[in-house]
Amino acid sequence: MLNRTADNVARATPEPLAKKIRGISDKGLAWLFISPTILLLLAINIFPLFWAIYLSFTNYRANRPNDVVKNLGFANYKRILGDQDIWIAMQTTAHFVFWTILLQTVIGFTLAWLIDRKFRGHAFWTTIILVPMMLSPAVVGNFWRFLYEPQIGLFSYVVSFVTGIPPTNVQMLSNVEMAPWAIIIVDTWMWTPYVMLICLAGLRSIPEYIYEAAEVDRASNWRQFWSITLPMALPFIMLAVLFRGIENFKMFDMVNLLTGGGPGSTTEVASITLKRQAFESWRTGYSSAFAIILFVAVFGLANIYVKALNKVKQR
Amino acid sequence: MSTIQPVRRKSPWPAWARRGLMENIATAIIAIGFLMLFQPIALSLYTYSFITMLTGTVMFIIVSKFPE
Repeated sequence: MLNRTADNVARATPEPLAKKIRGISDKGLAWLFISPTILLLLAINIFPLFWAIYLSFTNYRANRPNDVVKNLGFANYKRILGDQDIWIAMQTTAHFVFWTILLQTVIGFTLAWLIDRKFRGHAFWTTIILVPMMLSPAVVGNFWRFLYEPQIGLFSYVVSFVTGIPPTNVQMLSNVEMAPWAIIIVDTWMWTPYVMLICLAGLRSIPEYIYEAAEVDRASNWRQFWSITLPMALPFIMLAVLFRGIENFKMFDMVNLLTGGGPGSTTEVASITLKRQAFESWRTGYSSAFAIILFVAVFGLANIYVKALNKVKQR
Repeated sequence: MSTIQPVRRKSPWPAWARRGLMENIATAIIAIGFLMLFQPIALSLYTYSFITMLTGTVMFIIVSKFPE
């Protein structure tokens, strides 16, 4: 049956095309299949990267395409690396990355540890916990804006119920001190399930006989956790930390939707500064240099990530 | 009964330049550069963070091709 179909296909193939295909080696055929992907990658990933590197050495402005483009050498890089405002934006990013990773790791690992107990209905609760991760950041940003509303927001009412502060005084997004925490809460809510999933994979990979041996040696639950569970799950925790670190370092959508970098510049993370320089001040060359600096930072982290991944694979 | 052990040839590659060690050094340089980029203490450290990270990253790319 299969042979008959193959014969029919061979017979239906036009003679010039059939001759051509017959002449291609396996390696040539492989290249033929992957070449569209390679071309696409070159067009949408590699070319823009090299173009951005070129622009980072110039004074090009995208809103004045007819202006003469001057080569500035490393001037853009020097200016960025001596700019106090960008340094502050980096510190805001660091504050954001540090707290989100800390909260996500602690809560994510605790949830994974609890889910790993395999209590009744654990599969149902795992699915429920994973829901925030499946939502689009744009949707999450918009509905948390409503939740944070001082007049109608549910969050303000819950805080008011617990603390006794009137809900209209719970100004999460417009308060200078609370706005960074508002973003940290949303990111933690959304991405803790992801950390939980990686930690759960780590916990499930620990062989049961190690715990049985510990039981024979009369090791307490506390001792088992510190001597078996935590060290054996550590490579997975590191992986989750690195992955979330890379993602949060580039964080843009959530901050843009919730605060837009405000109030003032209290939540202006590096990616928001980059967007303002590129599409509000139209300093394309300058912002390209900034993008390259961020790219090198993320690329460096990605190398560490790959190394950690290889270590986990070797286990 | 005697077991025959395969003779291990000594690699001409110097021990100090093995991949594991060099990758660790490159990773440390990247991490230091990353901390310099984010620290709130000195602007001069921030200024030199990029070159440190770039050095670490380029070094990592090169040494990851070294023999184990």
